[in-house]
Amino acid sequence: MKELNVKELQILAARIRLETLKVIHSRGFGHVGGSMDLADLMAVLYGAVMKYNPENPRWPDRDWLVLSKGHAGPVAYATFGLMGFYPLEDAYTLNHPHTHFPSHTDRKLTPGVDLTTGSLGQGVSTATGAALGNKIDGRDNHVFCVVGDGEADEGQVWEGFHFAYAHKLDNIVYFIDNNGYQLDGPTATILDHGDIARKAEAFGLYTQQVDGHDVAAIYNAIVNAYAKKGVPSCIVLNTSKGKGATFAEVSHEHSSQPSEEKWAEALAAAEKALAEAEKA
Amino acid sequence: MNVNLIGKHEKDSRASRDALALTLNEMMAQDKSICYVDCDLMGCINTKQLMKNYPDRAFEAGIAEANGAGIAAGLAATGKKVFFHSFGTFSSRRCYDQIYMSAAYAGLTVHVLGSDAGVTAAFNGGTHMPLEDAAMYLSIPESTVLDPCDYEQLKSITQQLPGITRGVTFTRFVRKDVIQVYGEGTQFEIGKGVVLHESDKDVCTIVTSGIMVDEALKAYESLQAEGIDVRVIDMFTWKPLDEALLLKAARETGAIVTAENHNTACGLGSVVANCLAHNCPTPQEFVGVQDQFGQVGPQSFLMDEYGLRAPVIVEAVKKVIARK
Repeated sequence: MKELNVKELQILAARIRLETLKVIHSRGFGHVGGSMDLADLMAVLYGAVMKYNPENPRWPDRDWLVLSKGHAGPVAYATFGLMGFYPLEDAYTLNHPHTHFPSHTDRKLTPGVDLTTGSLGQGVSTATGAALGNKIDGRDNHVFCVVGDGEADEGQVWEGFHFAYAHKLDNIVYFIDNNGYQLDGPTATILDHGDIARKAEAFGLYTQQVDGHDVAAIYNAIVNAYAKKGVPSCIVLNTSKGKGATFAEVSHEHSSQPSEEKWAEALAAAEKALAEAEKA
Repeated sequence: MNVNLIGKHEKDSRASRDALALTLNEMMAQDKSICYVDCDLMGCINTKQLMKNYPDRAFEAGIAEANGAGIAAGLAATGKKVFFHSFGTFSSRRCYDQIYMSAAYAGLTVHVLGSDAGVTAAFNGGTHMPLEDAAMYLSIPESTVLDPCDYEQLKSITQQLPGITRGVTFTRFVRKDVIQVYGEGTQFEIGKGVVLHESDKDVCTIVTSGIMVDEALKAYESLQAEGIDVRVIDMFTWKPLDEALLLKAARETGAIVTAENHNTACGLGSVVANCLAHNCPTPQEFVGVQDQFGQVGPQSFLMDEYGLRAPVIVEAVKKVIARK
C-alpha cells in the first residue's frame, strides 16, 4: 500500500472520470451513472492500495477487484487502460461487435477483470469464493468487491456476507456503492433498505461508512479494514450517482443516451475538472 | 473398454454414495487442489469425512445453494478443482443462474453433484424429485452431463471428473441402494457408451442409463425369450453424446428405444432423437417420465407409476419394430 497522496489521487479520479466518459461516448450510450460514482474508489484502489501487474493481470499474488455491479464496467475499463493493462483506445470499442469491452465485466474478455459479473448479486459470492481460495493458498492479498445498493435487493448478497463472516474471511473488503438510486428510481422508494450499514454490521461485517467521493476517507477506511483481523470488512460509500457527468449527475439515471451536444458539454466539463485538479 | 457385466438384478451391498465419498476422500489426499462445497447435505452422502480430513478444503455453504455455487466458482477462479453438492433439485433449479453465469459463462469449471436422481428421491417426494435437472445442464454450452447406474460407474466417473477442465459438469446419482450392474475392473470413459449386449441379428437398440440400465437388461432377457434380439447400450454420458456408437446402432438395428429416469420431453431421449434427426432418422420410442411432476412414495411404486419398468421397455421395442 502506497502512502496517501490526496492530490495525486484526486487527479487520478478526475482522469478516470474523463476516460470513463470517453469509453461510453465511443458507443454513445451506456451505464454512466453507476460508473462515474466509483471513480474516486477506483483511484484509491489502483493509485494507492492494490497490488497488480498490468504485464501479468492474473499474477496469483495480486489483489482482486470484483465489480459485482457489473454494469460499472466502463469505469474499470478506463482505470485499467490508464494503469497500462492495454492502450486506452482499445476500450473505445465498448459494446461494438466482438469487442473485449462488454457492458458487464467479463473475465474471459478483458485484461484486469478477475470475475465475470452482470447477473446482480453473484459477484459477492464469487469474490468471497476467491477470497477463500486465496486463504487456502496462504496468499497475502485482498479481494475488493463492489456491490450496488440497488443490487443489495438480491438475497444472494447477504448469503455471501453470511458465508464470509462464518468462515472468518478477513482478506475481503466489500464496498457498498450507496448512491441511493436504481433503475426504476430512488432505492428508498423501490425497496427501502433502511440503514444498510447497520444491516451489514448485523451480518457480522466490520462496517464503516464514508463519503465515497473523499479519497482520503476511502483510503483510511481501507487501512482500518486491513488492521481488522478475523472478520470481513464492509465500507459503505455514500456516493452521488452520475457524479461528474453533467447530463447524469442531476437525474441520477441508470443508463444514459445523451445528444452529441450534451456529450460535448459533459466531456468539456470533465476536461475542466481534470485541469482544476491538476492546478489545485 | 473392459466390461465386467454382472447383471444379476441384485442389490449392491455398498451404498452408491460411498462410491463418491470414499473416492473423493482418496483423491483429496493425492491432489491438494481439490475442494468440496456442500449445502448442509454432507450427512446425506457421507461426505462429512471430507470436512474432518481436509478442513481447509471442504466447506459448508449452509442452506444457501445460490451462494454455494458462487463460492465454488470463485474457488475455481483461484485454480481449485471444485466439487459442489446438493440434492439434484437444488443443485440445478436452485442455483441455475449462478452455475450458468458465475461458472459456465465465466469459463470456470465446477463439478456439480445432484443426489437422488429422479424417482430415487422417493420419500422426500415431488418437491425433491429432479426430473428436469439434466435438461437444465444439457442446455448449458460446453457442459458434461452424466447419469451413472451403479457403484463402479460412479466411482470411475468421480475419478475422471477433475480431468475435465472445460465447462461445468453435472452428475446425477443415487444416494442409497443401487442394483449392481458392473463388477470390479470395469473401465468407463466419460463420453463413451457401454455396449452391454449386441449381435448381428439385433432389430432394435435400447439406449439407457442410471437406474433404467437394470430394467433394460431385464427387458433384454424377456425379448430373448421371445426370440427378439436387441442391442443394449448404457449411455451414461448424456452430453457429450457418443454419437458414433449411437449412429452405428441406429444403422445396424434400424430402431431405437430410449429409457430414462427423467422427463422424456428434455432428457436422454431428446438428445438421442436430436442426433438421429440430424444424421440418421430412425424410428424411436421414449420410455421415461412423460412430462409429469414427481410425487412421494417408495421407489418401486414410483417406477411402476411412471412406467420405468422392463415390460414397458419390451412394449416400446415391439412398437418401434412395427414402425420400421
